[in-house]
Order: sequence, then structure tokens, then C-alpha cells
Amino acid sequence: MILLIEQLLNGLQYGAMLFMLASGLTLIFGIMGVINLTHGCFYMVGAYCAAFVVLQTGSFLLGALAALAGAGLYAVAVELAVVQWLYRRDHLYQVLATLGLILFTNEAVSLIFGRRPPLMDIPPFLQGSVPVLPGLEYPVIRLAFIGMGALVALGLWLLVNHSRVGMLVRAGADDREMVSALGIDIRRLYTLVFGLGGVLCGLAGVMAAPLLAIEIGMGERVLITTFVVIVIGGVGSVRGALVGALLVGMVDSLGRAYIPQLLQLSLPPSVADTLGAGLVSASIYVLMALVLLVRPLGLLPARS
Amino acid sequence: MMTLPITRRLAVGTILATALAGPAFAQDGKPVRIGFITTLSTPAGYIGEDIRDGFQLAMKDGKLGDAPVKLEIEDDSLKPANAKQAADRMAQSGVKLFTGVNFSNVLAAVVPGVLESGGFYVSLNPGPSVFAGEKCNKNYFVASYQNDAFHEAAGLSANRLGYKKVMLLAPNYQAGRDALEGFKRTFKGEIAGEIYTKLDQTDFSVELARVRSAQPDAIYQFHPGGAGINFAKQYANSGLTKTVPMLIPSFSMDARMIGATGEAADGIYASAMWTTELDNPASKAFVEAFRKAYSRTPTMYAQQAYDTANLIGSALKAVGGDIGKEAEFRAALRKAQFTAVRGKFSFGPNQHPIQDYYLTKFAKNGSGEIVQTIVEKVAQDYGDAYAARCKMD
Repeated sequence: MILLIEQLLNGLQYGAMLFMLASGLTLIFGIMGVINLTHGCFYMVGAYCAAFVVLQTGSFLLGALAALAGAGLYAVAVELAVVQWLYRRDHLYQVLATLGLILFTNEAVSLIFGRRPPLMDIPPFLQGSVPVLPGLEYPVIRLAFIGMGALVALGLWLLVNHSRVGMLVRAGADDREMVSALGIDIRRLYTLVFGLGGVLCGLAGVMAAPLLAIEIGMGERVLITTFVVIVIGGVGSVRGALVGALLVGMVDSLGRAYIPQLLQLSLPPSVADTLGAGLVSASIYVLMALVLLVRPLGLLPARS
Repeated sequence: MMTLPITRRLAVGTILATALAGPAFAQDGKPVRIGFITTLSTPAGYIGEDIRDGFQLAMKDGKLGDAPVKLEIEDDSLKPANAKQAADRMAQSGVKLFTGVNFSNVLAAVVPGVLESGGFYVSLNPGPSVFAGEKCNKNYFVASYQNDAFHEAAGLSANRLGYKKVMLLAPNYQAGRDALEGFKRTFKGEIAGEIYTKLDQTDFSVELARVRSAQPDAIYQFHPGGAGINFAKQYANSGLTKTVPMLIPSFSMDARMIGATGEAADGIYASAMWTTELDNPASKAFVEAFRKAYSRTPTMYAQQAYDTANLIGSALKAVGGDIGKEAEFRAALRKAQFTAVRGKFSFGPNQHPIQDYYLTKFAKNGSGEIVQTIVEKVAQDYGDAYAARCKMD
């Protein structure tokens, strides 16, 4: 029972991280129709900026601000310099260009910050663990991660459903020609959405930096999962991204906990865990295939 | 005292020096090229850095065993394919002596090609089981440890510490499987479970939850480098340290990781063959020289690289820097006539070390730093389980 609850919390925490990454990506994909492979790099840039500023100043808050600003500005720069020329091009051009940007970013980051990745300590106020239930202590930083995910979800809901910008974003997702025909500067809106996506990646980056490892290429490792999330949730829909992120987070952490245990009942451990790890990695793609079989546009598509 | 003119004194000095230097060096005067492939980037990059620096510390003015050498350093980014490419390229360009690799899976990609090209490989860190038994080779030396042996020492340590039920965690690759096999070979208690993680895993929340629900007496975990830092931090942060102590091989908490994990290291037990606290003159001199040269505390990776460099140096000296004398070079390596920082050292029949292993504990010293103190010797003149299966031609 304790194991199940702890795994549910782990799933929530992983889901929260995926949601921060996926919500920006789904808006970019849904509204501008751009396949942006650089999205994972924004996450890495955020983590590096945070670690750098924390090392220099010792203040986690300043580090967090640096992560948000760094990732957001880098996203805007990418949009202005490269992506905005590719909106009318085929997806293949976008994939090529943003793939090139991944290589560029990775090399640039190792040039600026060095080949050896920085380490970041968990800030004192997030250290340690608290009893959630009798017999179950859960790390504060992971709880903070979940809380931050909930805040982001709430904030995005307010922004998208109850603000003028959000209205334009939703309108842009439905029919971008009509929006520009009505006199809205769609270019600026695009840049804004890109920047917002970057800021959310930066947030995920600063939360992940002390908990996980900061390294070159950390973005690519979560990028594929993030795409799975938005495909499951429905492209262009923030609500879909939330549902998709939670589903993928739960399936991954419950799978990692229980699939090897089930296999170990009948197989030797090293075989069971190799097979288990394979099955766990495959499980989210199986989930995606099942969802697409039933709902080809994802669970909560923006356009139905 | 008789005074000699300056030219005479120089001449005498030169003759004396030549006589002391022993055999004449290869006439062409070209340095011996050493292919040095290691991991300098990724979170494990600090390991490669320590290996490189430890090796270079043993070199004097670009010379090893009085023979001029040229280190050709390549970063493998912890990718076996990169390492293999670099090794093949070097082998084609005539490099005959290789070392440097710090991960078993990378080593497995590099060694076969090197040996096929007629080169020598001297391992300064991994000693995977695959090359220790039937597949041993006369040109393949391991100057560090055989993977399993290190973990067999940990199993012995667990017996000494009185653990009855231990849960095992290691990444799912050659060294990880060797680790758990080795531990199980000597541990007398019950195994509460075996968890294999992914080699590049950064988040261990799920595994920690499984440890919590299994409630073992202790865990034994092998996660070197970046993954180990994350594991130790997340373990300390999860509150599990209070109820389930952690036993590790030294790789899971080296000098650099202590700095990165902070207090998380305090009180952890580890198996080791060397720590900075080892009480012998060679070790003390090494630690001091390393600190002076690089302003940081050496890890055991640096120590192993230093010992390996001195081993290679002793063999180069015996052949006068001419690595073309293969049989003599091989015989000299086998003799292992050098002062090892770790203390006693000799090669077994499979050209893997026979040496002592210790139970150690991370604890604060007088000045409040966490250091790896030696508790007791758990294995003396210890070889490995595969030596008997090796038929050297």
C-alpha cells in the first residue's frame, strides 16, 4: 500500500515535469504548426543558467530567475533567428533546422559552461523529507515539484481561458488566417508563445537541476517522451497536455515499480529487469498506440 | 679535494648518467605513443579528468620510466562507439599501447580491436569478467582490480558488519552485473531483492520506493560517477538513511562525490583497495603530490591511473623505451616491478591483480572534512574467481 502511494506520488512528480515541458510544446505545435525539436534544449539552457547563477551568487531564487529568463530569451532568439522563416515551409525543413539547432545548442553550452557539467545542491528550504503518511517520508523537493506543476496548470488555465492573449492563442490554434485577417499581429503572438514555452522549460530545468543531473543532451532524453505526451493529449491543447503528462507519468512509474517485480516471479532477476526495463520504456508507446486507436486526434484535441 | 676543469666534470657526469640510465633507448628517439581514451565529458567526465591527471603525475618531463612518451588523449563521451572509432584510428596510425578507458562497456568495445591489431592494453580501471577468464589475452593487463573481486570484498564487508538481509542495486551493464554477482559470491546472508537500473538513469525515486517497501537491513548499491551522486543525494533526501544503511564499493562515493553530495556521505561503509587515508609512504607522497599539482584530493581513479603509469614505466624502462621488443615488454609488465601506491601488488595467471581489500567508512576527520577511513582489511592477497579459467598461450 505504502509502495503504491509512493509510486503514485512519483508518477505525479514525473507528470508535473512532463507537463511543464509539454504545455509549451503543444502550444507551439498546435498554433504555429512547427515541429520544434529544440524544445528540449530550452530545458537544458534553463538548468545550466540556474546552476551557473547559483554557483556565482549562492541564491536559489536568483538561479530560478536566471533559468526562466535564460530559457525564455533563448527561445525568443531561436524563434526570431530561425523558426519564423520556416512557418510556411514543409515540416521536413523545420525538423532539419531545429535538429541543427540541437547540435548547435549542445556545442554552444559546452563551450560556454565547459564540458564538465556543473553540480547544483538542493536549496536548504527544499532539503530533506517530510512524513506524508505513517511510514512514508517523501522528499520535500519532489512535493514542491508537484505543487509547482499544479500552479503552472492553474496559471495556464487562467492565461489561456481567461485572458486576451489566451483568446488569441486559442483563436490562432483554430484558424490562424482568420486571426491575422482580423488585424492581429500574428508574428508577435508566435514569438510570445515561443517565449512562454521557453520560460516553462526553464522552470522545469531549475526544478530538475538539483534533483537530477545537469548535462549536455539532457533535453533530448525527455523530448521524445514530451512528444508522446502531446500526441496522447491532443496537439495544441493544454488540458490535453496535462492529462497526457499525468497518464505517462503514472504508467512510467507504476510500470517501473511493478513490471520487474511481476517478471521476477518467473524469471531470474537480471533477465527480468532487462526485459522489464524494455517493457517499461515500451509501455508509454503502447499507451499512445491505444489512445490513437480509440481517439485518433488524442484525448482532448484543440480542434475537433 | 681534487678539482676538475668544467668540461671534464661535464663529461664524467654524462658518462655516469648514461650508465645509471641502464639499457640504451630506441635509436630513432621517437617517443612511445600511448593511446589514452577516456571519458572527459558528461557527468562522469571528472573521472576521466582524474585518470588523466593521475597518469600525467607519474610522468616526469614527458617521460615514463625514462622513456619519452606521447599521450594521445581522446574523449569517448561515455559512448562505446566513439571509443572504438578512436582506438581503431590510433591503431591504424601505429599506436601499440593503449590505456585510459574508465567504463566496462567502453572497454569491451575497445579491447578486441586493440588486441587484433597486435597492440597492448593495460586497464587502469575496469576489469570486466568477460576478459578475465577464458578470453584472457597475453597482451591484456588489468592494473586496477577484477570487477567481481571488488564486490566480493564488499560481500565480505557485509558479513563483518552483520547484515542479514541486503537489497542490491546496480546499473544493467557488464560492470553492474559483475558487481552483484561478486557480492553474492561472498555474502552469507539473504538477498532481499536485486534491482537493475539503467546506466544513464538520473531519477531513482521508483527504486527508492521499492527499497522502502522491502525494508532490508542494508542496501548495496553500485552507481559510479554522475548516477552515484544522484543516487546518494536522493537516498539521503528520501529519509531512508535513518532506517536502511548503505554499503557501497568505493566507486559509488569517491572524493569528488563527497564534495557534490555534502553530508550525504557521512557514515557510509565502502569496500576499497585504496583510500587517501592508507598508511604507507608511497600513498602519502602521492596524495601530497597530487594535491600540490591540481589543488584537489585525488580519487581512487587517480591513484589507479598513477599506479598504472608507473607499471607501464617499469616495463618501458626494461625495454629501453623500445616497445617493438614485444616479448620483453610483456615479461616486464608481468613482473610488475614498481612501487604501488595501494601497497602490495602482483599479477595473477590471468594478468589481473592479486592485492588486499579493505572495509572503509566515510567519517569526519579532525578538521571536519569527510574522509574515507580504513576500518579493517577484509581480504589479503586476493585474486579473482576467473583466474583458473584463463589459459594463456
